[in-house]
Amino acid sequence: MTNPLVQTIDLKKYFETPRGLLYAVDGVNLSIERGKTLGVVGESGCGKSTLGRVILRLLDATSGAVLYDGEDILRYNGEKMLQMRKKMQIIFQDPYASLNPRMTVSEIIAEPIKVCGAFESKDALEDKVCDLMETVGLADRFVNTYPHELDGGRRQRIGIARALALDPEFIVCDEPVSALDVSIQAQILNLMMDLQEERGLTYMFVTHNLSVVKHISNEIAVMYLGQCVEKAESEELFENPLHPYTKALLAAIPIPDPDIAKRRQAIIRGEVSSPINPAPGCRFAARCPCVTSACTAANVELKEIAPGHFVACLSSVAQQ
Amino acid sequence: MKTTDSKNGLLKIENLQVEYITDDARVFAVNGLNLEIEKGETLGLVGETGAGKTTTALSVMRLLPPKVGRVIGGSILLDGIDIIHAGEADMRALRGSLVSMIFQDPMTSLNPVLTIGDQIAEVLIFHDRYNNRTDVNRRVDEILRLVGLSPERKNEYPHQFSGGMKQRVVIAIALACEPKLLLADEPTTALDVTIQAQVLEMMKELQEKLHTAVILITHDLGVVAQTCNRVAIMYAGEIIETGTVDRIFHAKRHHPYTEGLFGSIPDLTKKTRRLNPIDGLMPDPSNLPAGCKFHTRCPKCIDICRTIHPRSSVRDGHSIRCHLEGEGGVPVAGETAGGEQT
Repeated sequence: MTNPLVQTIDLKKYFETPRGLLYAVDGVNLSIERGKTLGVVGESGCGKSTLGRVILRLLDATSGAVLYDGEDILRYNGEKMLQMRKKMQIIFQDPYASLNPRMTVSEIIAEPIKVCGAFESKDALEDKVCDLMETVGLADRFVNTYPHELDGGRRQRIGIARALALDPEFIVCDEPVSALDVSIQAQILNLMMDLQEERGLTYMFVTHNLSVVKHISNEIAVMYLGQCVEKAESEELFENPLHPYTKALLAAIPIPDPDIAKRRQAIIRGEVSSPINPAPGCRFAARCPCVTSACTAANVELKEIAPGHFVACLSSVAQQ
Repeated sequence: MKTTDSKNGLLKIENLQVEYITDDARVFAVNGLNLEIEKGETLGLVGETGAGKTTTALSVMRLLPPKVGRVIGGSILLDGIDIIHAGEADMRALRGSLVSMIFQDPMTSLNPVLTIGDQIAEVLIFHDRYNNRTDVNRRVDEILRLVGLSPERKNEYPHQFSGGMKQRVVIAIALACEPKLLLADEPTTALDVTIQAQVLEMMKELQEKLHTAVILITHDLGVVAQTCNRVAIMYAGEIIETGTVDRIFHAKRHHPYTEGLFGSIPDLTKKTRRLNPIDGLMPDPSNLPAGCKFHTRCPKCIDICRTIHPRSSVRDGHSIRCHLEGEGGVPVAGETAGGEQT
């Protein structure tokens, strides 16, 4: 791990709710190297989207630090942060809800450039928008159409063009393909990987779809109830999952091969418990097949078991 | 009332055509669909958004939106009953007792102001299954246990349950009267993967126990591989390929669209840098291309594809609707043969 582009240190985000504190992100340490993709996986409510937003400062962190190129951006003032935002962008999950229905395609893509005043003349801005549309594979004829006239795949291309408008270095992709059909999903994934190669982009790819995350990521972090429970190189994680939750998650993926499907492992019982005032100890203890009394006694730290393979589990299985 | 000829046949759809009439266009949602289901089997109906999967299911339930959607041709025979010409009173008696449907979103298919116990009891009372309330209540408890919920929770409201549990309640309602056919429209798409695995496993167990035939509508080939006996792949309102799950996943020859679908899913077992998706988009159903409906996106398109609509060719119960299959396979006489013979 030399010189990561983005690094979080003990990052925490708690929300206040009438029933108590909701531990959305609870002490996450991650780092993403320049030009690489970190996949963040987990089920609904595990805090993966919140984590992405806290890193971009779309939500204020409760405590901890987000280092970008070694500097803690959580301490930046408004002016400095505005400059910073040119370097970090986000692609949202729902291409239906994340585009303003009253703006045309070109207005949507031009908006971030206008906000940052990063253009010299109106013509230059128009050229830039055309370039971006070409980059993401949107035909010229859509310049003056409105989002509702386009299908989901094209709308997501607008979202990607908008994220690229300021030539960012780092993009948080928050479930960018989960609202799309498989054939369209594959087109968008190919586009995102091409863009990464051409522009040297760094992605944080948040998703619940494990096949997608394996395809696109160099490294994967598995989250459960606000905490990172396992983190490893993508290949290593799939070949040698150590945390019982990771194993359960991998076993639950429906594999498109009837022969493999027949020899599936046992599936995990129970559901994700509430992130409001969670009990101390391992968050997964209530559903874990190999829980011991030590698991619920104290918080479990993320430990490096093998080079580059981190896991937060006390059970003997994981300690091998 | 007619009867189906095959002994095990439960549902037989022949040359079904459904259209929706909107303010500015006629949308051809289903165009000559042939499908047969046998008792107790699970058929996966696979396709992308707009392929006509849900419309087909709604036609079987006779639940197409009134005035907007209508069946313009073909026949549907369910357990010997002609669904298209059945009266509304007959349909009401059939729905829930002979055929049930589960919808994608469990959050919107339950009534928020009734307890889940009452919602399960409603279907039992409507179909006069039990004489007194005590028996109904006993059956409600039984069916809740069957779907893995505690009967103690029957006086709670839908909002008190998680998504996966709500879907269990919906399944409980659908199976309360032990129907012969269950139409499951993307039953697990809205659920997390570990919960999806639980619900799918439960559905499989229940199906074996109750011997219900299931049409599982999904776009997830992984789910199909795990749960179905047979697969039908839909594109632009017709079935372009059908066969046993083994044939669909392992046979060498496929419809080019099926190949495209498989090329689009990242393979967990192999390392591929690029996916091979299908170019382009699903055609506009109000303005379908002539000839093979897939020819605009097909990498193997030849001249004949642009003008002549292909028939299905069947080999070992594996049917493919493609001109390229015509040479090697046995061409089927007439459009209605469909190729469901197994």
